[in-house]
Amino acid sequence: MSKECVGVIGSGSFGTAVANILSKNSNVLLYARNPETVEKISASRISNGQQLSENITITNSLEEVAKSCNVIFPVVPSSNFREMMRQFAPFLHPYHVLIHGTKGLDLILPDEIPSDFKMDRSCIRTMSEVIREESVVVRVGCMAGPNLAKELALGHPAATVIASPFNEVINEGKRLLRSDKFQVYGNQDLKGVELCGVLKNIIAIASGIISGLGFGDNAKGLLISRGLVEMIYLGKALGGEISSFIGLAGIGDLVATASSQTSRNYTIGFKLAQGKTMNEAIAEMEETAEGVNTIRIIKQLADAQGIKPLITDMLYKILYEDMKPLEGLSYLMKYPGNIDIDFL
Amino acid sequence: MKPIGKDYVKKKYDQVVPGGIDEWPVVSLSNNRDAFIKEVTAESIKRIKKLTPKRSSLIEEIETTLFREKLRVKRNPWAVDPPDEADFLQSIKDRLLEISSNDDKEDIDGTLEDILSEIIERYASEIAGNFKKSRFRMARSIVTFGFARLLNASRARGFWSIFSTRYSLQDKIHITGEVEELRTLAKKGTIIMVPTHFSNLDSILIGWVINALGLPAFIYGAGLNLFNIKIFAYFMESLGAYKVDRRKKNLLYLETLKSYSSLAIQKGCHSLFFPGGTRSRSGQIEKRLKLGLLSTAIEAQRVNYQKGKRDGLHKIFIVPVTLNYNFVLEAPSLIREYLRLKGQERYYVENDEYSTSYKISAFLLKFFTKGSDISVSIGRGLDVLGNYVDTDGNSYDKSGRQIDTQEYFTKDGKIISHDQQREDEYTRMLSDRIVEEFHRINKVFASHLVAFVAFEMLQKKFNKLDLYNLLRIPEEDQIIPYEEFKTVFQTVLRRVHEMYNKGEISVSPYLTGDPDKIIAHGLANMGMYHAKRPLIKNKKGDISTQDLNLLFYYHNRLVGYNLEKYV
Repeated sequence: MSKECVGVIGSGSFGTAVANILSKNSNVLLYARNPETVEKISASRISNGQQLSENITITNSLEEVAKSCNVIFPVVPSSNFREMMRQFAPFLHPYHVLIHGTKGLDLILPDEIPSDFKMDRSCIRTMSEVIREESVVVRVGCMAGPNLAKELALGHPAATVIASPFNEVINEGKRLLRSDKFQVYGNQDLKGVELCGVLKNIIAIASGIISGLGFGDNAKGLLISRGLVEMIYLGKALGGEISSFIGLAGIGDLVATASSQTSRNYTIGFKLAQGKTMNEAIAEMEETAEGVNTIRIIKQLADAQGIKPLITDMLYKILYEDMKPLEGLSYLMKYPGNIDIDFL
Repeated sequence: MKPIGKDYVKKKYDQVVPGGIDEWPVVSLSNNRDAFIKEVTAESIKRIKKLTPKRSSLIEEIETTLFREKLRVKRNPWAVDPPDEADFLQSIKDRLLEISSNDDKEDIDGTLEDILSEIIERYASEIAGNFKKSRFRMARSIVTFGFARLLNASRARGFWSIFSTRYSLQDKIHITGEVEELRTLAKKGTIIMVPTHFSNLDSILIGWVINALGLPAFIYGAGLNLFNIKIFAYFMESLGAYKVDRRKKNLLYLETLKSYSSLAIQKGCHSLFFPGGTRSRSGQIEKRLKLGLLSTAIEAQRVNYQKGKRDGLHKIFIVPVTLNYNFVLEAPSLIREYLRLKGQERYYVENDEYSTSYKISAFLLKFFTKGSDISVSIGRGLDVLGNYVDTDGNSYDKSGRQIDTQEYFTKDGKIISHDQQREDEYTRMLSDRIVEEFHRINKVFASHLVAFVAFEMLQKKFNKLDLYNLLRIPEEDQIIPYEEFKTVFQTVLRRVHEMYNKGEISVSPYLTGDPDKIIAHGLANMGMYHAKRPLIKNKKGDISTQDLNLLFYYHNRLVGYNLEKYV
């Protein structure tokens, strides 16, 4: 190959969309876990309903990805991320750059849970922390922002944030992703930007519920602003910078996800509002909605630490304790209003 | 937990470098001292110019330096400062004035170049060590012989015991940990030793350790204030020290210091940094390290790779070391300073409280004639990214796969590039790794544990009080009933043993067996030479203190292990 080759791990809808964007500037090696999927995609050149560009090659070999590419974008659900990294790690070298696009958390609990066990931040890993733990790669970044896979596939204008403590990672991300239709911003607060992507999924589910219940834009405005405040509190407690939350990956992504019917998390919420149970709603989805898992992790953490994130708390009750969405909402509305903004 | 026997080996180590002292890189450095100073000057100027690309910014930097230096000379002069400093600064000032009234650009640049190299050269020669073979041998024998005499005289009885050879310094200062690995690595590459820093004695102590292990002399940055004392100056110069002046915080000085360190490492001089930069004021193990000097390790490694020096003899190894004391001479003034600083008193002068030779001699005498052993834990070798290395100097990741360290400096595994921001980030990562290792190899003494438990118990009892009020509680509130103390002590001890079994901390052999004995040992040794004892058993047999500040200080040694939960 004459042009350089960039790797993408994961052929889900977002992975495919990222591969297509990257293919504008480079050759792309797209990894799919399942050999049958690989065959199907190479025959049809269609992955997750998206037409693949010509210079995308599909593979089932992580070793080949590591050998051919210096910059790799892992985009797999958080529940499979660590396992994928364990398989990938033997092929990775310190010169590799990994920029992930997964908006979820990894939970680590001790093998034997002692009776006085209290969950804290040390039990939670962001994806960049998983990469650092499982491999020798140190130059790690993430990609986050309002990047709904379906719109990206249509080639609509959009932008993303590449976050990494390393400027060279940000620059590589910019160089590889940037095109006429795709803007790329940089941010050094890797943890904060990862947390933006993770936490906004919670609010997206709530937004789906509000729409599903038939409420309008006032309610949505209320949710987005209070939701952002909750994200900031949680994000700060988990080690992010406030400033990242008012950027593209925070408020930008939140607005997009909270008003889009193409968002998975929004869709889950919408289905819940229509009276489906969590399991029914999940069964109807094609791909993972990260928010469901995130709510469970954050709720556990908040309980252990004695903090009370109202929206997350309520969603947990709706998802896991069969509370009726309308009931949850009216509880929130009755809750005494507090100071609007007290963190700036 | 099973009792641990003696945890150190007493033995005489062969010299690592068989060719003797003439083969040491530090000797060749001092033989070519003038040439090296020139090299450092040239390198520093290159760096400073890169940082101040515009003429105006260079002038500004020089002006700032001048302003701060004049202030320092006026406000905080030290005995060690050269007498012509004021005149020198005045001459710089005059020439800067000339520049401002000159229009000829070339003329200006010429003058600036002169000023810059004069200042830098002055700095470089001040920093540069003055290692002399003869003086090194002399100092070495004074330290080993002299200390050994004192020791034998005190341990045995009678006049003739002064000539006894039964006890050597190794009975007093226990060297434990990865000694053999360190000696092997010293033959395979360049060592950068990074010890914790609690006392001014550390410099001499570590110098002795290096010598006792048969390693060639290390160069190390020692606070210029220590050179105020003639006897210290003599020892330290002889042992390979270069001078670091913490009063000078201007860019020109800092860059000169970094160039000095980086070039010396590139030349294969084993080096020693106290990465905390200064003694720990609080008594805690350093949590944040100074990144300036540490970054020179990473830079030197990259430059060596760029020069094609593949691993073999030119790999750089970081070796963390903790110095574990029962007693820190300066503890009272350190903790006072810490409390004052935390109390938001912003301005304080970098002072020099350790000033009289009398105080030091008195301490040394006490140290050698009474109990209280010191233990030095040598950690495993790391590469500059913080990966463990084996005795061949190869780096390994957590799952035991071999890593090529050079690849961290490339984007494709082949071409080595210089990216300052990347190296700054690597420095931060290395610093985190060193702190992690410090906590792992830190050796818990009985005295640390009794102090920790006692203070935490008081803190818990008065949990409504903030630190400052807690430190002022009346005497009658400072008493903890012995049985209560013992119960908590045992719980925390159990946790410490658990951590030891998991390799998360190291423990002294005294920390096993009968808890009453452990507590008694801890009380007897803790801060034993202070006029006011930090922890005592009162007449009723309960635990009490004569100085809460000091108790807080010694307690701090075990902060950061989450042991509070068990009190």
